[in-house]
Amino acid sequence: MLQVSNLSVARGGKLLLHDVSFSVQPGQALVLRGANGVGKTSLLRCIAGLQTPTSGIILAPETVAYAAHADGLKGQLSVLENLKFWADIYGGPRPDVALNSYSLGNLAYQPAANLSAGQQRRLGLARILVTGCRLWVLDEPTVSLDVQNVALFRKVLKAHLQGGGAAVLATHIDFELLVESLDLTNYIASVDMSSSAFEEALE
Amino acid sequence: MIRLFARDISLAVRSGGGFGLALVFFLIVVVLIPLGLGPDQSTLALVAPGLLWLGALLACLLSLDRIFGLDYEDGSLDLLATSPLPLEAVYIAKAAAHWLTTGLPLALAAPLLGVLLNLSFDAGKAMCFSLLLGTPALSLIGAFGATLTLGVKRGGLLLSLLVLPLYVPTLIFGARAVRSASLGQAFDVPLIIVLAISLGTVAILPFASGAALRINLR
Repeated sequence: MLQVSNLSVARGGKLLLHDVSFSVQPGQALVLRGANGVGKTSLLRCIAGLQTPTSGIILAPETVAYAAHADGLKGQLSVLENLKFWADIYGGPRPDVALNSYSLGNLAYQPAANLSAGQQRRLGLARILVTGCRLWVLDEPTVSLDVQNVALFRKVLKAHLQGGGAAVLATHIDFELLVESLDLTNYIASVDMSSSAFEEALE
Repeated sequence: MIRLFARDISLAVRSGGGFGLALVFFLIVVVLIPLGLGPDQSTLALVAPGLLWLGALLACLLSLDRIFGLDYEDGSLDLLATSPLPLEAVYIAKAAAHWLTTGLPLALAAPLLGVLLNLSFDAGKAMCFSLLLGTPALSLIGAFGATLTLGVKRGGLLLSLLVLPLYVPTLIFGARAVRSASLGQAFDVPLIIVLAISLGTVAILPFASGAALRINLR
């Protein structure tokens, strides 16, 4: 479902990752690991199509469900209206299932601005469900979630994988169901993009 | 695209910064002009077309940085960029919502406010038509400017500097149409030119704005 070959990723003119290759099959989730600033978010943004890699090839479905640090919620709209909007944009399933999956049913008509940080994150994750996308690209999806809600997310992710979906996640939480892990520390670029060594490294 | 347009209208209505802000600004400008120029009705009627157009143009300018700025800050622009909706369609939906919440109310209110500046009925009619045809260009050009300054801290001033020169042709021909009407002359040619400017911006700017958004979201 996702094939990444010889990918080099830069941010702000600095090469972060060099020669990263991996693949993710249906039913599989890949966890990206590495210290802060190693390039996890930049790599995820490349997969989501928001950032152009310095070099390399990404073969991914045309539309992926991307969740960043910011949930992209509109505080003036209710929980249900937020989900309906994204369901309409993606042509995805009705929001009822997503609401129930993250126990948001009783908050459906609350303005998103009134939600706590954890509830907003749950709504952000419920948004992923209404996209109907098979590949999820999630950047720190469990931030602000308590133990019960992390378990809720694990259950939803497991169901997604069992349904033939796939996911790439940057997270520090250990999920027992995840089968693959990629430590980006092994791919930290050791060359400066401004140096001539960079050209050689790309070759 | 229609869903995004409807959401932006809904947000503008609920946040109260859409319809109200530009209209109140326009009203204040129009009320202040006679205080500055004096009560001479012939002078007011003479300068009314240009000043009303200028007031509408500045009122449009007020909310331009909100077109993409709010979505950029809360992360939803990133999510829209990864959605099946092309960025060109995102631009059109947002510019259309801006026009409906800003340009259209200004166009409808202008003839009424023109009475304060001793604008004749015919000139008021021309003012309404010229704003109806010209404000889409103001919203489209403004939204394009907003894509260029996306992510720039305190980009409002830069946005104004970028956009105001691009507003000049619309202002010239829009005000010209109203001036011609107030003098009892035919005003169809400047109106057609204003319409042509709006159509030209619809044809060109979505692609330029889509490219600008792609670059600025990286």
